[in-house]
Amino acid sequence: MLLAVMASAISVVYTKHQSRVEFVALQKLEQHRDDLDEEWGRLLLEQSTWASPGRVEHQAKIKLDMIIPMARSTVVLNP
Amino acid sequence: MSRKTRANSQVGVWRLNLLRLMFITIVLSLGWRLADIQVFNADFLRNQGDARHIRNVEVIAHRGMILDRHGEPLAISTPVHSVWLNPQVFDGDSTEITILAKTLGIRTKSINKKIKNNKKREFVYLKRRVTPEVANKVDNLNITGLALQREYKRYYPMGEVTSHLVGFTNIDDMGQEGLELMHDDVLTGLPGLKKMVRDSRGNYVEGGEQLKPTKDGQNIQLSIDLRLQYLTYQSLKEAVTHYRAKSGSAVVLDTRTGEVLAMVNQPSFNPNNRRGLKSSDYRNRAVTDLFEPGSTVKPFTMASGLQSGKFVPSSIIDTRPGTLKISGHTIKDFRDYGQIDMATLIQKSSNVGASKIALALKPEDLWHDFAAFGMAEPTGGYFPGEATGSLPDPQKWRELDRATLSYGYGLALSALQLARGYMVLANGGILQPISFIKLTEKSVGRRVYSSNVMNQVVIMMEGVVEEGGTAKLAAVENYHVAGKTGTVKKASRGGYAEKQYLSLFAGIIPSSKPRLAMVVMIDDPKGEEYYGGLVAGPVFSKVMTGAMRLLNIPPDDLPVNELQVAEK
Repeated sequence: MLLAVMASAISVVYTKHQSRVEFVALQKLEQHRDDLDEEWGRLLLEQSTWASPGRVEHQAKIKLDMIIPMARSTVVLNP
Repeated sequence: MSRKTRANSQVGVWRLNLLRLMFITIVLSLGWRLADIQVFNADFLRNQGDARHIRNVEVIAHRGMILDRHGEPLAISTPVHSVWLNPQVFDGDSTEITILAKTLGIRTKSINKKIKNNKKREFVYLKRRVTPEVANKVDNLNITGLALQREYKRYYPMGEVTSHLVGFTNIDDMGQEGLELMHDDVLTGLPGLKKMVRDSRGNYVEGGEQLKPTKDGQNIQLSIDLRLQYLTYQSLKEAVTHYRAKSGSAVVLDTRTGEVLAMVNQPSFNPNNRRGLKSSDYRNRAVTDLFEPGSTVKPFTMASGLQSGKFVPSSIIDTRPGTLKISGHTIKDFRDYGQIDMATLIQKSSNVGASKIALALKPEDLWHDFAAFGMAEPTGGYFPGEATGSLPDPQKWRELDRATLSYGYGLALSALQLARGYMVLANGGILQPISFIKLTEKSVGRRVYSSNVMNQVVIMMEGVVEEGGTAKLAAVENYHVAGKTGTVKKASRGGYAEKQYLSLFAGIIPSSKPRLAMVVMIDDPKGEEYYGGLVAGPVFSKVMTGAMRLLNIPPDDLPVNELQVAEK
């Protein structure tokens, strides 16, 4: 009986410790995830800034001398 | 010896007993104390202990993104840090405070003041939402009692282009306007809770338990096509600037599903920096502002006429002499159009002709046929602040009211409602609810007209953008367009303002197999030109030329003699 009580007491302490350790690990991972999220958000913003229609239009017109083709010079393919 | 020993031992026994008694008392009192602490006062003491070291900390949920229909982000939450300090344990000296003030870009005085004024508190924000670089620097200062809190800040990468539609959040990340407000509960998520242990200085130490998991907000995908939205924004802005107009709105709808593909207003604002803006700047005018639609409702009058059976497309209406006098009021046409059929009536936008049709119909029928286009009812989009408009009660109509209704005065609607009405023309008589969210399955509309009547009206409307019509500038090369212009005198106090107009154009394209409906509204253009066909028409043409290309919609009006159609 005494042995059983002791054993269970120690196992309680042990599992408590384990759960603390796991929680710390979880928090570290969460922190890592948040950091990655942060970076992803920043990159997404950066991407959408670079790829914003306004910028693309400007670059195409000014840098690459592109124009929207006239309806006259469009060929329509009927499948 | 033995007596002495006995006496000694008797003294010894007495002493020993005393000692025993003392030990027993000590043990008993210790036992009592133990029981007192462990059993009788356990809860109280545990609470007291916890109160000093354990804190339940809220974990902020990530707010969902708002995306366009192709997944382009329109609103993103990125983590930022807010700097806060605990005045009770803060131990920064004056040089540290000066450095801190410099890093944060605030004044040393204000930090000192905050510490002094909040001596009894444990939490004071120093600065909210600093950039990651600043947060790093603050972290490296390593001052006790100074800490960072992770929060989310909303960014709107498209800025002005989507501002009215998407809306924005306040500093506590709650939706305030637009779709941010409308879908706030879906986007917000539920904050989690975790139990954390603090040391004597108030810093959190590692370890703890999760009490409630964080539930992050969901993303929502709008029906908006960002490319179209941008194109519409650009074109409308150009027109509003060019004509120095007071404001403008434009709406593009997918006529098959009722999804809003683009919705813009001018003047716009930058949602990322709202300093100095009034609440009126935030209004999504296309949904919240009502106006008299003027001639753009003439197709509805035609539909009512055809529906009654009293008119057919070839019916001849006598608009001579270009004026019509009803109870002391004269309805005027631009000039005398003579005897014309219904298509010419629409093409020339004859007020007299429209009035004559309306007067030939029963008031209740006319009312019903107008209401069938979704006038004066919610659009089904549930946008915050949506206006339902008004369509007066037919029982109170005088003759003049019926006549003016036929060319768009005496009723009020929003640009979105007008576009929805045109959608009925476009999809063969089905009134579809509006959606701002990308639909996975088609929403259920209701049939309000036969497709036969609608097709007849659409064919009549094609003349508007052709030679001799009021809106040649709204034409789109290689596509049939069915549209209608409107030039409306603005109502002001005590009647209609003399030189203030609304320039309108509403149309559907390609009219032989409609895909898109668009309404352009430009409020109070200055200068010589104010006709809807001249001011609003070109915006339609520009946006739709681009939209046909972007959405890959095949042309329905190719010149037959040119070898441009390559058959497989």
